[in-house]
Amino acid sequence: MSLKTPLGTARGLGSAKNGTHHWIMQRITAVALVPLTLWFVFSAVALAGSGYGDATAWLADPINAVLMLLLVIATFHHLQLGLQVVIEDYVHGEGVKIASLLAVKLAAFALGTAAAFAVLKVAFTG
Amino acid sequence: MKTHDRPLSPHLQIYRWQWTMLYSILHRMTGVALSVGTLLLVWWLLALASGPEAFATAQGFIGSIIGQLMLFGWTWALMYHLGNGIRHLVWDSGVGFDLEVARLSGHAMAGITAAATILIWVVGYVAM
Repeated sequence: MSLKTPLGTARGLGSAKNGTHHWIMQRITAVALVPLTLWFVFSAVALAGSGYGDATAWLADPINAVLMLLLVIATFHHLQLGLQVVIEDYVHGEGVKIASLLAVKLAAFALGTAAAFAVLKVAFTG
Repeated sequence: MKTHDRPLSPHLQIYRWQWTMLYSILHRMTGVALSVGTLLLVWWLLALASGPEAFATAQGFIGSIIGQLMLFGWTWALMYHLGNGIRHLVWDSGVGFDLEVARLSGHAMAGITAAATILIWVVGYVAM
């Protein structure tokens, strides 16, 4: 017989071990991404076919640079949370699961940082 | 306790097919596709930061037939994930769970996001 409560026995046994913070951050980034995505699509349409000079001038504008940074941060945070759930749902081998999660999280950090650096470089030197 | 013979949920061989299933799995699929699609955004930004030559290469790819097809697919995926994401946020407030309402909101979302995708491309080509 175990002295643990039923809740204590059940807690932490899901594939993800926990979830409230994950859920909340996914919602916060989702809400942020609604206006940011609309801005991004409008901008992309306006920039369609433009040359290097126009594109740099556009991104060097402080408002566009800040919105692009926010888009990059919210996007990469949101996508690594989402891909994490997909991996936890479909990848069952513990080793492969950990390796996949690590690859996705590290790639999201690296790509997000690269994108943010690119925005800042154009914003400060363009 | 024997557990490995239990049916898993969702048990696709047993569930009756319904629209809300399709709209649900498409949300996940467009999410994964968009994650891959961020590579194009990162490339475009890095190319812009690297100079005119790198930028011309990136623009050249985006302007190619394959690039345009990928971009069209990602536009739809982005609109779908955005539209269905808003549907999810509405559900988070506890509204819209009745089967009929969920089905209709799915149809409305699919229609609006398909129309938005086409509109974006028409405007994009006219503006270019």
